[in-house]
Amino acid sequence: MPISIIAEFAFMTQKSLHARKDDLSNPVKQLEFLSNGLFAEGELPTFKQKVSQTENTPLKPKKLEILQINLGYMCNQTCSHCHVDAGPDRKEIMTVETMKDCLKAIKQTGAHTLDLTGGAPEMNPNFRWFVKEASKVGIKDIIVRSNLTIIVANKKYHDLPQFFKEHNVHVVSSLPFYKREKTDKQRGKGVFDSSIRALKMLNEVGYGKENSDLKLDLVYNPSGAFLPTDQEAMERDFKEALKEDFNIEFNNLFAITNLPISRFLEFLIASENYEDYMHALVDAYNPAAVKNVMCRNTLSISWDGYLYDCDFNQMLELKVASKVQHISDYNENELQNRNIIISQHCYGCTAGAGSSCQGSVA
Amino acid sequence: MAKSYYDPADLRKFGEITEWSEELGKKFFDYYGKVFEEGALSAREKSLIALAVSHVVKCPYCIDAYTQDGLQRGITKEEMMEAVHAGAAIEGGASLVHGVQMMNKYKKLSM
Repeated sequence: MPISIIAEFAFMTQKSLHARKDDLSNPVKQLEFLSNGLFAEGELPTFKQKVSQTENTPLKPKKLEILQINLGYMCNQTCSHCHVDAGPDRKEIMTVETMKDCLKAIKQTGAHTLDLTGGAPEMNPNFRWFVKEASKVGIKDIIVRSNLTIIVANKKYHDLPQFFKEHNVHVVSSLPFYKREKTDKQRGKGVFDSSIRALKMLNEVGYGKENSDLKLDLVYNPSGAFLPTDQEAMERDFKEALKEDFNIEFNNLFAITNLPISRFLEFLIASENYEDYMHALVDAYNPAAVKNVMCRNTLSISWDGYLYDCDFNQMLELKVASKVQHISDYNENELQNRNIIISQHCYGCTAGAGSSCQGSVA
Repeated sequence: MAKSYYDPADLRKFGEITEWSEELGKKFFDYYGKVFEEGALSAREKSLIALAVSHVVKCPYCIDAYTQDGLQRGITKEEMMEAVHAGAAIEGGASLVHGVQMMNKYKKLSM
């Protein structure tokens, strides 16, 4: 799809780090930054030091439950916290050939959940074909991570709720807050109103309704340099506010911590919050969260078919430490023997009640 | 020794007071933690009370801590500002109500 067309319905608040050729678009530079300063000087323990106090290291995977596939970094939004550095200017998109390799892996996997993400996964021109094929395989839960606004961005996406329903897709949507101001500040002007319209369309076809099998979960992530609080209390507030103000219903709220990488790292540095934020993450380190941290039950697959311990390691280009590094050579037994690659960004998943793509873990 | 009385980084060291008196420090932090748990008042309501009191006692550490706590709990800036005004109104009122004492004394002394 030509960029000029995408731009017409995109929330262009800024360009990606990649398009700006910013140093922080380089994963090596990010990893260097995250290992220098506070951690090199010993003011804070490295993640490896911390985790080895309570766990056997290197960390090993547990039973594989989730295959998370990133269908591409293209997105109609350029959210200021995005760890993918996604946006309308990103052209990395999964090809049909790689999707076919993924389908072969899905047919042999022991995982019960397929988790499709991006960017806006719906913008991949072969998205619908892939969902149809994947749903035929009989995997229990197919998640699509939708940014919501894509549904109302262009006429050709208006029937997505119906499409999701036909294939019994589990929709997980980002909505950083139930108020306009904070949502628009993080995700772009007009995002809140578009999100509300999209949520209403999902509700209309039965998503998120009581006694409906069509699941609609929302993702909350803090709009700033602070950690999420109690997921249950947050879910209560979201449910009350969305019901009262817009008559919108949903199933569960996942509270996700912003990891200090990519555009969120850029924000932390520019706003001089980096040191305090890293202190807050380390102070909130919870050994119980490490037990269920998502890299232990998930494999992440990038748009070009490479394998990673999680979506964050994917963005830092830390491929799995295994002989098998590409979906075309997929071998689950071999992959399950790998050591999980960790660095300081991992503190984001182990703070407080923990954080994963499924919300809190402890 | 720092050249200023307040350093934002000192807030993180609050727990260290326990090192010089373990018994009292521990008692204080146990009590503190218990106070802010969910109870007849929600933790959210108590966070707003704490924010208002932080302003009244003019504690910069507390203001930093409870602004952040409020953000984490999804408390809006309108709610935070109303809480600060509630504190300020009581503090202003506490000064002004002494005006009655002034009036009483004035009347007593005057012929």
